[in-house]
Amino acid sequence: MIAAQGLTIGHGRAVIGRDLSLTVRAGEIVCLLGPNGCGKTTLFRTILGLIPTLDGRPLPALSRAQIARVMAYVPQAHVPPFPYQVEEVVLMGRTARMRPLSAPSTADRAAARAALARLGIGDLGGADYSRLSGGQRQMVMIARALAQEAPILVMDEPTASLDFGNQARVLARIADLARAGGHAVILSTHDPDQAFALNARVILMHEGAILAEGPPDQVLTADRLSRVYGVQVAVERTESGRAVCAPSILNPTPERRAS
Amino acid sequence: MTEGAIATHRPARRLSVVALLGLALLAGALVALTIGPFRLTLAEVLAALTGRAGGTAEVVVWNIRLPRVLAAMLVGAALAAAGASYQVLFRNPLVSPDILGVSSGAALGAVCGIFLSLPVIAIQGFAFLGGLAAVGLVIFVAQAVRGVDQTLVLVLTGVVMGALAGAATSLLKVMADPYDQLPAITFWLLGSLASTTRADLGPVLPAVVVGLVPLILLRWRINLLSLGDDEARALGVDAPRLRLLVIAAATLITASVVAIAGVVGWVGLVIPHIARMLVGPSFATLLPVAAILGAGYLLLVDTLCRTLATIEIPLGILTAVLGAPFFLYLLARGRRGWT
Repeated sequence: MIAAQGLTIGHGRAVIGRDLSLTVRAGEIVCLLGPNGCGKTTLFRTILGLIPTLDGRPLPALSRAQIARVMAYVPQAHVPPFPYQVEEVVLMGRTARMRPLSAPSTADRAAARAALARLGIGDLGGADYSRLSGGQRQMVMIARALAQEAPILVMDEPTASLDFGNQARVLARIADLARAGGHAVILSTHDPDQAFALNARVILMHEGAILAEGPPDQVLTADRLSRVYGVQVAVERTESGRAVCAPSILNPTPERRAS
Repeated sequence: MTEGAIATHRPARRLSVVALLGLALLAGALVALTIGPFRLTLAEVLAALTGRAGGTAEVVVWNIRLPRVLAAMLVGAALAAAGASYQVLFRNPLVSPDILGVSSGAALGAVCGIFLSLPVIAIQGFAFLGGLAAVGLVIFVAQAVRGVDQTLVLVLTGVVMGALAGAATSLLKVMADPYDQLPAITFWLLGSLASTTRADLGPVLPAVVVGLVPLILLRWRINLLSLGDDEARALGVDAPRLRLLVIAAATLITASVVAIAGVVGWVGLVIPHIARMLVGPSFATLLPVAAILGAGYLLLVDTLCRTLATIEIPLGILTAVLGAPFFLYLLARGRRGWT
């Protein structure tokens, strides 16, 4: 569905990552893990065509609207400067499907309402987006991406700044979108547990390169996580068989950060 | 924003709000035509407008009051529409149409014209070109500075350009003839419609219309600029190009009306706020409502300007006196989102 090979990414002349490849298929969740500054966000912005690749190989020359019809971006929810109504925020996802000079049609409004209903927040349509909780706002951002009707969803830390319950709720919806909805999902996160919970394909990034890729059981070993994040990490199984990653807080840096 | 604003979000309701405000504006304009040293009744005004009154009433209505009433509404509508556009564009509800230096540029142009003792039409032309040139320069510089947040560069360059134009204006004021030119300069800088004639409206109206058309056509997409570049682009909008287009349109509108009215502050800053309180932030409704409210507001203020005292009160003074307290009220309310 999306396949990018050997990308060199960065800003201006500053190269942040080299030889990055990324593929995702319909119904699959790809989970991008790595410490702050490893290049996750830059990779996302390159895939979305917001910044050019640095190796001179252009991504397919598509217009913004053409890209938006294939790939929907779910940013970290933020408070906009104006108090838009939730339905209006979701309607903005329809823009790439409207003619350039037109305003949303009745069909667009119906699509927006359907996207909200699908995430179980149909009753929020008339609410003021700027007054929602962080969890609700993240759901609205996902609804906007659904209204975009793009097969690929690119999510930048969708659970950042959400409380414990909302993280689980958002992850459950994401899992459902991929498994039942057939979306191809690429998401970044700081929590390796989420990769296990979603049973996603993991791409572990470290210093601008892909360190390992595959199922969480194989990629997210205590050894690798300790090395990448520079803290002692234990990966343990709970009684139900699910893996959890636990950093040691008492003795965080037993060795110098590996390079 | 409360229940009242949410209730008006339905498209049909919004349309009726626009229609209602439009009717109120029309009524206000008719009333304003009756007010002045030469007293007229509403019936006399209507008779004069339809050409059945004859004599002094028709001369007063057609040659003196109507041009001024139309000019006040045009200037108000234009400044409010430009202000609403800029506030979305710069993702900041505290932005006025002056932010990119259009007023300072226009002021410098007009002051140049007055300093050179040019005829009125040339002074207006200079003001218009000065406004366009200032913003054009700001955009040129901002485009040359790459790799930094474009919006921030635009705002900062606008501030710098405004300060430079202000310095040049001050220099001309120091060098101007203190008995003849300086009062004219001062009066222009305070804004006034006292000398507006029918001939002034001729070139300004089409320029404002040309500026408004792209804003109306792109009314939905302009909303997306308030999300920031990355998000707007990911949603399928070529944000940098759209931003340039909106700046060009809003600058054309502002520069045209500043050329006939001088520097009239606060309208473009305060009126879009009131419009958002009434109908919410969606640009498609915000634009017409802000324009109608701006027209009504400046009609009211200008009518006060010409009737409150025996001498004309400069427009810019009254808009500041009325606008500043309202702005402070908004600050004191301190609501998140600045509805």
